[in-house]
Amino acid sequence: MGEAIVITSGKGGVGKTTTSANIGTALALQGKRVCLVDTDIGLRNLDVVMGLENRIIYDLVDVLEGRCKVQQALVKDKRFDDLLYLLPAAQTSDKNAVSAEQMKTLIDKLKQDYDYIIIDCPAGIEQGYRNAVAGATKAIVVTTPEVSAVRDADRIIGLLEKEEHVESPNLIINRIRPHLMKNGDMLDVEEITQHLSINLIGIVADDDQVIKASNHGEPIAMNPNNVASVAYRNIARRILGESVPLQQLQEENKGVFTKIKKFFGVK
Amino acid sequence: MNKKQNVTIKGTKDGLTLHLDDSCSYEDLKKELNHKLTESSRSNEDRLISVLVHTGNRYLSKAQEEELKELIRQKKNLVVESIRSNVLTKVEAEKLKQDDEIISVAKIIRSGQVLEVPGDLLLIGDVNPGGTVKAGGNIFILGALKGIAHAGYNGDKNAVISASVMKPTQLRISDSITRAPDENMEEGKREMECAYIDDENQITIDRLQVLMHLRPNISKLQGGF
Repeated sequence: MGEAIVITSGKGGVGKTTTSANIGTALALQGKRVCLVDTDIGLRNLDVVMGLENRIIYDLVDVLEGRCKVQQALVKDKRFDDLLYLLPAAQTSDKNAVSAEQMKTLIDKLKQDYDYIIIDCPAGIEQGYRNAVAGATKAIVVTTPEVSAVRDADRIIGLLEKEEHVESPNLIINRIRPHLMKNGDMLDVEEITQHLSINLIGIVADDDQVIKASNHGEPIAMNPNNVASVAYRNIARRILGESVPLQQLQEENKGVFTKIKKFFGVK
Repeated sequence: MNKKQNVTIKGTKDGLTLHLDDSCSYEDLKKELNHKLTESSRSNEDRLISVLVHTGNRYLSKAQEEELKELIRQKKNLVVESIRSNVLTKVEAEKLKQDDEIISVAKIIRSGQVLEVPGDLLLIGDVNPGGTVKAGGNIFILGALKGIAHAGYNGDKNAVISASVMKPTQLRISDSITRAPDENMEEGKREMECAYIDDENQITIDRLQVLMHLRPNISKLQGGF
């Protein structure tokens, strides 16, 4: 039996889809069988970020309304032989076309075949959110170091705590800009974690490469030399139960001299 | 021989006390009360006499209470001060107990959540911005108050709010409202603080320790120690 993890945030634009794509990718890289489920019906994106848009034939609503079998709708990612699949959202229906019970049945079915089901949740706390959470057993809340995002994360955590079938959620702080945080212009990691008082499962630095990779349909987690990629891989390892220390985020462009000093271990 | 009296009138220095027997029927009682008051009414006196009514172990419904009050009031210079009874209905008793209870809750009140209790609230946790706690009585928060706290929401102006970290978005006591100052207060290490309505009807924040003088009835411990 696999685990179904919902990736949610309340607020839009904090990086739920990117996080879903990258955690899924990182878990597949670890050799796990992963199914990504996009529940953002009407505004699907996950397929674009994964670069699988042109292979979609059937979607989530087709499956739920019995027009096809689950296996027919699942899009296989050929880069990971037989490990990573995507169940795309419908583009033509809206969120009310699906009920929470239907979603739960579907996710329960997928759990038999996959180690991890990563559910990408739409923004907001309406029907779309309820559908996404219905089948989940674990939750990851994504936030950015902004007051408004943290406020919405707080709200979502409150709602998740009421769902008895979901374990206490984990937190990802996304889009961290080390220099702003250092100057105190951004909420720092400690502050946010203390405020939300849930377990921190990872921090991801804001990196231009992430956007570039997403636009190319190649999740950044596939690139082993990127700071954000390492962050996502670390999160995947933590999901698998390893204990990995938090990344030390430092300012880039420090000058050659500091780099040499660092190389020799001089502080 | 005359039967036992159902209504006994006693004069005290504060006025009259009526003892109503609790074993006779309500109708008999009313009749006798009316009779007694009529014969003893002294219309030559101008000043108002306040009357205290003791009903013993009889339970009077609100309508009956009103009826008796009306009856007494009709006798010119009598004013009913209060009606006392030894009995309470279950509902009243439960409400009294609720209002007097301290309810402890170990939780974080997050954005969008509202926690409401009829009596005093002891919160072991934080109130995050966007979260609200409401209590009929006092609110004591062992964690940080960053959201809204409303004490005495039924109109109790004596209610207080205290928190280990007092950084509320809004404080409400009874129908007074105050909000946090716009500029950040000095981020020094502050002790546990409390908020109360002062003599000028303003919500004031002060050290916790002032409460023992301002609101001595918060102490529920009887006797000394």
